[in-house]
Amino acid sequence: MRLEKRNQTSPRALLLAPIGAVLFTLLVSSLLVLWAGAPLARTYGLLLQGGFGSVFALSETLTRAIPLMLTGLAATVAFKARLFNIGAEGQLYVGALAAIAVGGLHDGVGLALPPAVLFVLMMLAAALAGALLLLGPALMKARLGVDEVVTTLLLNFIVLLLVSLMLDGPMKDPTAMGWPQSVALMGELELSKLIPQTRVHSGLLCGIALAVGLWALLKYTVLGFDIRAVGANARAASFAGVSVTRTVVLVAMLSGALAGLAGAIEVAGRTSYLTLDMSPGYGYTGIVIAMLAALHPLGVVAASVFVAGVLVGADSMSRAIGVPTYIADVIVAASLISVLVATLLTQYRVRWK
Amino acid sequence: MSAVVLELKSISKRFGTLLANDDISLNLHRGEVLALLGENGAGKSTLVSILFGHYTADAGEIEVFGQRLAAGDPKAALAAGIGMVHQHFTLADNLSALDNVMMGSEPLSQPFTRRRAARTRLDEVARRFGLGVDPAALVGKLSVGERQRVEILKALYRGACILILDEPTAVLTPAESEALFEVLAQMVAQGLSIIFISHKLGEVLRVSDRIAVLRSGKLVAQASARETTQAQLALWMVGHAIDAPSRHPAGTIGEPVCVLQQVSAGSGRERLQEVSLSLQAGEIVAIAGVSGNGQGTLAELLSGMRVPASGRIEFLGQTLPAEPGQLVALGVARIPEDRHQIGVIGDLPIWENAASERLHSPHFSRWGWVRRSAAQAYAQRVLAAFDVRGGGAATAARSLSGGNMQKLILGRALTHPSTSAVTAAVIARSEATRQSMSASKDMDRHAPLAMTKGGLAMTNAVHAMTGTAPRLIVAHQPTWGLDIGAVAYVQAQLIAARDAGAAVLLISDDLDEVLTLGDRVAVIHGGHLTPALPALEWTRESIGLAMAGGEVTA
Repeated sequence: MRLEKRNQTSPRALLLAPIGAVLFTLLVSSLLVLWAGAPLARTYGLLLQGGFGSVFALSETLTRAIPLMLTGLAATVAFKARLFNIGAEGQLYVGALAAIAVGGLHDGVGLALPPAVLFVLMMLAAALAGALLLLGPALMKARLGVDEVVTTLLLNFIVLLLVSLMLDGPMKDPTAMGWPQSVALMGELELSKLIPQTRVHSGLLCGIALAVGLWALLKYTVLGFDIRAVGANARAASFAGVSVTRTVVLVAMLSGALAGLAGAIEVAGRTSYLTLDMSPGYGYTGIVIAMLAALHPLGVVAASVFVAGVLVGADSMSRAIGVPTYIADVIVAASLISVLVATLLTQYRVRWK
Repeated sequence: MSAVVLELKSISKRFGTLLANDDISLNLHRGEVLALLGENGAGKSTLVSILFGHYTADAGEIEVFGQRLAAGDPKAALAAGIGMVHQHFTLADNLSALDNVMMGSEPLSQPFTRRRAARTRLDEVARRFGLGVDPAALVGKLSVGERQRVEILKALYRGACILILDEPTAVLTPAESEALFEVLAQMVAQGLSIIFISHKLGEVLRVSDRIAVLRSGKLVAQASARETTQAQLALWMVGHAIDAPSRHPAGTIGEPVCVLQQVSAGSGRERLQEVSLSLQAGEIVAIAGVSGNGQGTLAELLSGMRVPASGRIEFLGQTLPAEPGQLVALGVARIPEDRHQIGVIGDLPIWENAASERLHSPHFSRWGWVRRSAAQAYAQRVLAAFDVRGGGAATAARSLSGGNMQKLILGRALTHPSTSAVTAAVIARSEATRQSMSASKDMDRHAPLAMTKGGLAMTNAVHAMTGTAPRLIVAHQPTWGLDIGAVAYVQAQLIAARDAGAAVLLISDDLDEVLTLGDRVAVIHGGHLTPALPALEWTRESIGLAMAGGEVTA
């Protein structure tokens, strides 16, 4: 078989592609559900209900969507410039670490500064930490041609060990009965809840605002043009006068900062202290979300709510009828692959021989 | 007449709304060179791709030696004895010539390659057709002509008796082309048949027995090479007469605009060594040479993409900045060699591409925000003034044809954003002229060129008044791969810009272009540049000699 480029994409194909992708995803997951011996309709019903079916379910989904949104944006801006930042997980953790370092109750107190000032400092520190973590790989890519996929991916493991070191050492919470857990964040620095009696916090608004900001940046600013130009064709961008190195470094700072903020917002909005299992792979899932959203910042908002809904819904469905929660990972992964294939098929046609 | 070895029967192929091949029937005889002549987009490549199995025809069939050829299967084409030599070589630089020839022709099931047998066979094939290449030499170290010989050997080694050569002379010096033609003569003398694809009329007449002319997917004419002329072929190929830009000498030569003093830069094949050159206002200096002899480095130096390793480049009395944005702001117009890969960013819309060179300037941005309406209006002006067709300002640049893409690149290089109001009026007038001319059907084809001359003169007058005309134009292979109409358009623009007082550096490996446009001509070989002498002091022979590295005696 062979792929042949289509001369033009019909509007019908553009409409059918996402529908086909959803149907294919459902088909693949259905086979697994049937294999697990569960009734199909009920399983999907419970999943939908658990993710979106009540105020509580929706609040849990939105809570889960917040870090995904931020890591999704981090991946989006980096991938736009063809900087393949696989290190959002590590950047998220150093962001969280920096947040605790600035705003934590070290020795039972904290820094003696007004909470508003401290809050700003905390967020800046988290963003800076994430940005600096990605700066090294970006410079190595721009200057020496070192593959950033390898460096950013491996940095994740180094950061996890660093966090582990801090949680068992300088930042260890003495009241945690020996658990490797950081000191708590100062109460005044925690994000307010959006809906009483739920866990949704104002980090959601922050995520949406950043998505809109990133969309405007990419669409309306010179830097946005530089980013898209470098991503689309670095040689041509350079010929047109775009400094590729400068752009890659700025994108790295931006992407790392977004992932670092994800960590700080997670600490300030949900956990209020740092543990080694704070993120179940938000950094990696962010990549999936960016791809699902076709690297569109506003699409990232929708994609992160979708993915979070599937994850949360699968948890509750699993408790009810015993299909393992891993079905959620299958659904997310299958939907990513189907969307990518569907997009490909709108641009190419398959020739069988 | 000898036996028919290949027969194409009513081949048709459609891409969307484009009929790339329309009911084409052709024969190829044993021991014959058939030239396939046509402009870009005439359907030559599609036809050959169908023949070689890269595409499947929508209708029609192919017979090789009387046997029907399976459609869409390159392996079947190879097995039937069809060999293809692509314009862009498909060789591995880090392997020897022998390895390259053997690669892919050895079965995977055997544990060891049979190098000795292969070597013997290769030597035999090489001797038979007079294709001398050292089998042990690394391909990366071979000259372009030698690499082409390896490509041909590769096809012959696999038993090809029908050889397709896709624009084989595009990368060769005149002398290397002659050597190739001798090899072809030897091959047909031994009974091979050759399909020779080209759009160069002279060499088609020189090398082939029979010529088939394609235009817009149709086979418009077939003729024996002995019984036709260049003028007749050109008429068939284009469908109407073309006025070539008239060569007229430069007017008053002005001050030196750009001076290179003992400039060295780059490395490897593209290394430039102690090059000195002075470009003066109001003249075109053409650089001839086989591509890959340092032209790329020279163009990069003057496009702000590279700094000299030693020596100095002076532009209007200052050192030339090595930053594209500053260069453009100072009045350097740049036309890069590879319009698809470097000239435009295909995924981005035309308006962003039009404004891209000056996007960082106050014309198109303020406080880091793009002035979208200014940039879009500018793009509209460029599209209208340079007659770019095939998409509006919001269309992705990649959907433009090569000719229109080049007009866009030329347009943005020559149009200064600040001439907005006045130029718009001029353009509106020339546009009106064009449309009134288009009203008459047979005038239509000539209109763009006529419009160019009239409209451009006005635009130039405006530029001259406002001091925004480009001071230096660096054009690297500006007409490469364009059809005759677009070539004439681009060349007319360069001449008009020269007449308006720009210094033009034209780097081209097309000798005809160099001799038509150049007021002074220099030849580059191995990174060395000959002195730039008046065009009339050169002959084709002396240029050819200098291109091959001989001494300049002119």
